[in-house]
Amino acid sequence: MTAPSPAQFDEMLAPDGSVRDAYTDYQRWLSEQDTGWMRRKGAEAETFFRRTGITFNVYGDDDGEERLIPFDMVPRILTGGEWRRLSRGIEQRVSALNALMHDLYHRQEIVRSGRLPERLFRDNKAWLPEMVGFTPPGGVYTHIVGIDLVRTGPEEFLVLEDNARTPSGVSYMLENRETMMAMFPELFSRVKVQPVSNYPRMLAKSLAACAPKGSPERPTVAVLTPGIYNSAYFEHAFLADQMGAELVEGSDLRVVDGRVQMRTTQGFQPIDVLYRRVDDDFLDPLTFNPTSVLGVPGIMDVYRAGRITIANAPGTGVADDKAIYSFMPEIVEFYTGEKPLLGNVQTWRCADPESLRYVLEHLAELVVKEVHGSGGYGMLIGPAASKRELEAFRAKLTANPANYIAQPTLALSTVPIFTQQGLAPRHVDLRPFVLVSPEGIEITPGGLTRVALKKGSLVVNSSQGGGTKDSWVLDD
Amino acid sequence: MLGRVANGIFWMYRYLERAENTARLLAAGHRMSLTRGPDAAREEWRSVLTTLGLLQRYKAHHEGFNGAQVCDFVLRGKANEQNVLSMFERARLNARTCRSAITLEVWEAVNEGWMTLRDMLARPVREASLGGALAAIRRESTLARGATHGSMMRNEIYSFARAGTFIERADNTARILDVKYYLLLPSLAYVGTALDTAQWDNVLRSLSGERAYRWLNAGRMNARSIADFVILDERFPRSLAFCYGSLRENLAALALLHGREGAAHELMRSADQQLTGMSIEEIFDLGLHQFLGQFIIRNQAVATAISEQYRFIG
Repeated sequence: MTAPSPAQFDEMLAPDGSVRDAYTDYQRWLSEQDTGWMRRKGAEAETFFRRTGITFNVYGDDDGEERLIPFDMVPRILTGGEWRRLSRGIEQRVSALNALMHDLYHRQEIVRSGRLPERLFRDNKAWLPEMVGFTPPGGVYTHIVGIDLVRTGPEEFLVLEDNARTPSGVSYMLENRETMMAMFPELFSRVKVQPVSNYPRMLAKSLAACAPKGSPERPTVAVLTPGIYNSAYFEHAFLADQMGAELVEGSDLRVVDGRVQMRTTQGFQPIDVLYRRVDDDFLDPLTFNPTSVLGVPGIMDVYRAGRITIANAPGTGVADDKAIYSFMPEIVEFYTGEKPLLGNVQTWRCADPESLRYVLEHLAELVVKEVHGSGGYGMLIGPAASKRELEAFRAKLTANPANYIAQPTLALSTVPIFTQQGLAPRHVDLRPFVLVSPEGIEITPGGLTRVALKKGSLVVNSSQGGGTKDSWVLDD
Repeated sequence: MLGRVANGIFWMYRYLERAENTARLLAAGHRMSLTRGPDAAREEWRSVLTTLGLLQRYKAHHEGFNGAQVCDFVLRGKANEQNVLSMFERARLNARTCRSAITLEVWEAVNEGWMTLRDMLARPVREASLGGALAAIRRESTLARGATHGSMMRNEIYSFARAGTFIERADNTARILDVKYYLLLPSLAYVGTALDTAQWDNVLRSLSGERAYRWLNAGRMNARSIADFVILDERFPRSLAFCYGSLRENLAALALLHGREGAAHELMRSADQQLTGMSIEEIFDLGLHQFLGQFIIRNQAVATAISEQYRFIG
């Protein structure tokens, strides 16, 4: 196999070529397998995904063709100990995020204490004045959170991004495991891996626990999807199916008698909890974007009357903001009273003139992102950019500095992928999925590992040529 | 269940059924064209297009009625948005839209069926592979139906699936019989000749009923007994009586579940009575063409009433 470069941390192999603890059992199994057979297995995986229909649509593609996210069959493995440390940090961070949302929409203690400038969220499009003074059922804002982590060393896990809006990808976490178990059943009898298949049940339970007061014992939960042309439609249908919830579109819903109700074959029936996979802006044409046909006219009134739970709560997108992100260490400390267990990636806020000067001087070494951007769009990776790209970006940055943050180009950890030439190291990140309800915070062991399939590439987004891996937490 | 999803399921099974019946019709036509002279073959292909309601559209784009051209038009013709490939495409689209209402088995059957046909019909089908292609269409539809039978709960969703299947099948059977019978009218004078027998054999083949009919009638072929078989025999799964028996069952299940009947039940009962309350003699006295024409209209009215009663559309 190609040796990993010593400059970056490889999760499987130490610089001396020895196999790290997490991968010992896997490596032993792998060394017994025939290479030709493994290669055939790779092709099998693709057929499997096509058949089950795990595809995503790429925005901006006219033919709306359904594509597969490439799947790599070498698992990404964490030891039980690594995971325990990580999950404590994640839990701390998520509970701080939820507390932050409540505070921002109520007394704003954090602003009064001088630790967070008010303009940071006031200028944010995701900030919703409609939410001020309102407490969602159970006090939960961020029902489902995805925390994007990167690793730079044996103990160094850093948060790259908090996804408090509508994190996607959990269906890949689940299907990747199913695929691996179907392809290599004997591997799972050799290596004990913590299961992930509980997620849909936990999600259903967690959402039900957030139902408004006065809901029936078994509340009606529905998943709101923008429809089959949405890039994550597969996931919406998958989760509804796995939870035993209705999969609804805006056209199925209407406000009747002060409740949000769905049109069934027997008339309108009320919904208690709506897991919406539609952005805030499209949720209610009466309150937000008036041209939206994806949402439900009047749902915000029902919501504010406490007669439906919307997950995640409208207005939580504020927490996704990359400028807020740069304050997360202070935020965690402010609400939990503890030192943050998970670090942030060093971040320069370009709104700050001194930082901007630094960023402009070191543009070729940095990663620059839009404050409200996501999906890897609109970002600059300095070391990979051409002179012309750098100059173009410099102009954008100077014109609107507050729209950008910059981070150092990290030496992301690598995990091997299976190539025609054997194993080769590629950069990865990790998105664990976290559920929040009044009953507590639950984290599924592992999460979704995204991997940059191109050699040397640091961009793991599926929309930009990234793939995924099954992510294991060892049951040790 | 959601009205939109009920609609999606109902039509998904209608498209699957229609694709299958279209393939059967083409297979019978193909066989006919091989065993008869070019004039008869031309008439045969023309009647296939008439049955499918595609004659005008076909003539707007093509000259003449040769088999390869007609089959291509029906299976994958760009100018024909009702082509078999697009039926499967729509069935799959509905399956995706209603993904959480069907089992993984059903989804895989429909999805794989669509993938198979998409590859198979990517280019014009050569005559040598026509038989295989038509068999594949029937097979894919059969697999979806089998997966439905073997894996779906007997609930509301299933009732809409079955209602869609039998509304469509009854319509297709009635159309096939109607057109073939019309075509056969001039030859009624030649009852008993070899040619005539081949024609009637073809009607039965279009409905996959030739074997069952032979067993029941020990080789005798005549218009009356074939019409009796195709319209009234409750044992034959493509007969109108069978379709309405199943429709009755599935609408009754919905009424039981919902605690009430509606306009669809009334219309279904009246169509059912018009059908099973008549003997084949009475049907012929009325005129088969007229009888079938009325049946098709009544059947359509039942479908419309189902979609209204169960709030298919907002």
